[in-house]
Amino acid sequence: MKKIHLLIITAAVILLHSCSKEISDRSMDYPALQPASQDLNAGTWKPVLLTGPTEFPVPAPIATNTPDYIAQLNEIKSFQANITDAERNSVKYWSAGAVLRWSEILRHLVALHNLPPVANGDGTYPFPNANNPLAYPQFPFANPPYAARAYAYVAAAQYDALVAAWHYKTVYNRAAPYNVDASLNVLIPRSSLPSYPSEDAVVMGVTTELLKLLFPGDQEYIQMKAEEHKRSRIIAGANVRSDLDAGEALGKSVAQKFVTRARNDRAGAAAGNQTIWTQMENDAIARNEVPWISQESPKRPPMLPLFGRVRPFLFDSLTMVTTIRPAAPPSTSSQQFKDELAEVYSYSANPTREQIRIAHFWSDGVGTYTPPGHWNAIASDDFVKQNFSEVRWARNMALLNMAMMDAAIACWDAKYFYFNPRPSQMDPRIKTTTGLPNFPSYISGHSTFSAAAATILGHIIKPNAAHYTALAKEASESRIYGAIHYRSDCVKGLETGNKVGGYAIARALTDGAE
Amino acid sequence: MRKILLLIAVVCALNASAQTEIDGIMMEKNVFCVGPMYGYSSWKNYWEGTLKRDNENLGTVSTSMFSVMGNYGVTRNLNLLFGLPYVKTKASAGQLKGLKGIQDFSFWIKWKAYSKKFGNGRLSLFAIGGYSMPASSYTADFLPMSIGLESKNLFIRGMADFQLDRWFATFSGAYVRRSNIKLDRDAYYTTEMHYTNEVKMPDALSFNFRAGYRDKGAFAEVVADNWTTLDGFDITRNNMPFPSNKMNATRIGLSFKYPMPFHPALSVVGNGFVTVAGRNMGQATSFAGGFFYVFDFSGKQKKETNKSKK
Repeated sequence: MKKIHLLIITAAVILLHSCSKEISDRSMDYPALQPASQDLNAGTWKPVLLTGPTEFPVPAPIATNTPDYIAQLNEIKSFQANITDAERNSVKYWSAGAVLRWSEILRHLVALHNLPPVANGDGTYPFPNANNPLAYPQFPFANPPYAARAYAYVAAAQYDALVAAWHYKTVYNRAAPYNVDASLNVLIPRSSLPSYPSEDAVVMGVTTELLKLLFPGDQEYIQMKAEEHKRSRIIAGANVRSDLDAGEALGKSVAQKFVTRARNDRAGAAAGNQTIWTQMENDAIARNEVPWISQESPKRPPMLPLFGRVRPFLFDSLTMVTTIRPAAPPSTSSQQFKDELAEVYSYSANPTREQIRIAHFWSDGVGTYTPPGHWNAIASDDFVKQNFSEVRWARNMALLNMAMMDAAIACWDAKYFYFNPRPSQMDPRIKTTTGLPNFPSYISGHSTFSAAAATILGHIIKPNAAHYTALAKEASESRIYGAIHYRSDCVKGLETGNKVGGYAIARALTDGAE
Repeated sequence: MRKILLLIAVVCALNASAQTEIDGIMMEKNVFCVGPMYGYSSWKNYWEGTLKRDNENLGTVSTSMFSVMGNYGVTRNLNLLFGLPYVKTKASAGQLKGLKGIQDFSFWIKWKAYSKKFGNGRLSLFAIGGYSMPASSYTADFLPMSIGLESKNLFIRGMADFQLDRWFATFSGAYVRRSNIKLDRDAYYTTEMHYTNEVKMPDALSFNFRAGYRDKGAFAEVVADNWTTLDGFDITRNNMPFPSNKMNATRIGLSFKYPMPFHPALSVVGNGFVTVAGRNMGQATSFAGGFFYVFDFSGKQKKETNKSKK
């Protein structure tokens, strides 16, 4: 019986040992934003689409000694009087930064919608319909090009809206409520930045307006977040109601400029049609190459074959074709091709645990925030440590995401211009340790996205440049380990991404922020 | 889906053994029984949430398992059991590569706490504790091709066995405490984004009912079991499965053990199961078979307690 007791005690110890299931989520641990510099000259920075910071005028605020303003201070006090733990948590969450939190919300929406539609019974596939977003298949299918474009529009629009906001902040120079009324309770770090119009409301307004276009079926969730965001600013004592109203209105106005561009950037026609798909296949055959064939069952139409024609942010479409498009891949009948195919087979046949780890770390496939989302997460973790102002956050996220959208365009252009088959099409023995994407092989999307991101991030945070380059290289090679890309796809993808990233650096050097 | 399959495979393998933590049979003091088992499980249809479907890009997903299991009698009322499976997965269609490797080492303490005669019958009550943990660094984050779910599991099981003449019925229920697992990724999406590599695995309940005929070390029985994950989320439409999905399954099956007449220390065992209901896992059909050999270190003749009970 002694033995039994010993065993029971052992079991109990194991039980206690395994008791804690609490997980620490690093995005929940981000500190409140405390900018090293308020970037008070940001109103002079070069916008992306706005003709200037005054294109959408912001009316002068009421004076801080008016009864109206006093009433708004009292609104803060009434919100604070019965503050709950949930409200404190909400203030803490949003205090990490508006650009950061809305980037995370966008990543959530992408992951939620990054699901390929199920085939119809007759072997065809349905397409999502933006005018009926909640019917299956829900709109959008937030695949990597769609996601890259969504991240770019949101980030660029946030940046333009904040440039305008910074202009009016310095013009009107209205103090934050806690600097008007010293008795006010403040739940976030104090700042000397003028609070009218509210930068948080600007970001919220511009983002919610763009998301009506990009994620039309998720309005309830988005509006809930927007209300929570505004409320957190009141509860925190950071903004009075009129700061928020002016910021939201400015944001929504600026958004229209980007919505108009998005409606005319040719992304709406990127899915193509059967005639175009067949033409691409026939063009490859005419070049004496083996054309890409969908390896899904039933065969799925290629993902967004005309995405390469979408209007880039950082250069024009002609530059892309003449300067950025990579040279042709090794011919499918060449010795180099055979050698590269053999390399892929070797990783497929005998992957090491470490190769599987790398393939999975970077897989960013179905049901995830995609590779551009991954780089937004990497950037966010690092930007948090840099104590950027909101406007500099937005500027850097805009540079990063415009680079990745343009990388998507350049990559998709090459994929459909060359229409190169995947390794597993050429050697049926090749099985993959990551999901096989349903589009041509050359060049690797992960490589192009990652190099573009690493190049501009290395410019933004120079001490990290070598680190970002190493990450991009690992992301690139993860696709060879996963047995879905040849080495040429990855090498040329990195080169192309670096070129695109160079255009982002060129913009960064001249936008007035450096 | 794969995870559930694996868990079930482990349970299934144990079910197939002559002596398991989940049946009413105990080894005598200083008797050790050990043997190899081979199991094969496959499914074509699976439940995506509650929606039953097939997938032409997976075809039939199969799991082969080769395991070693053993049972040692510390006393006639206290047995120690272990199992260690090697698992290999394969999809008959599509591009995903099957994985293989040593899965989870499991260890059980089985205590017959109470036994009393009622007329011709005998009621026995058992308390069973078990622990399992990965025996290699496999990944759970490649379902349905992963070989296991990666969590460390603590099983606390209560069991009642009633035997009347040579007929018996056994019912047991377990609470399964599952540890968090770590992915190769540092962020993932369930129903929201998580910026961590750690995944909270929902705990589970496991129920088992078996009834049949026992005689001189042989038995034949019908089995029904159920695995219910407490909490967890459903696979969304056309998404991949995830380790912390709400994975449920109810199976029915047959199981037997038969000692060789020419050499009773050697037994052949086998079982087969079909899945009758499920959620976020494959509708698996499984078979297993193997041998057990009894080593008697007691100095007495080998026997099992149920023989003397009948």
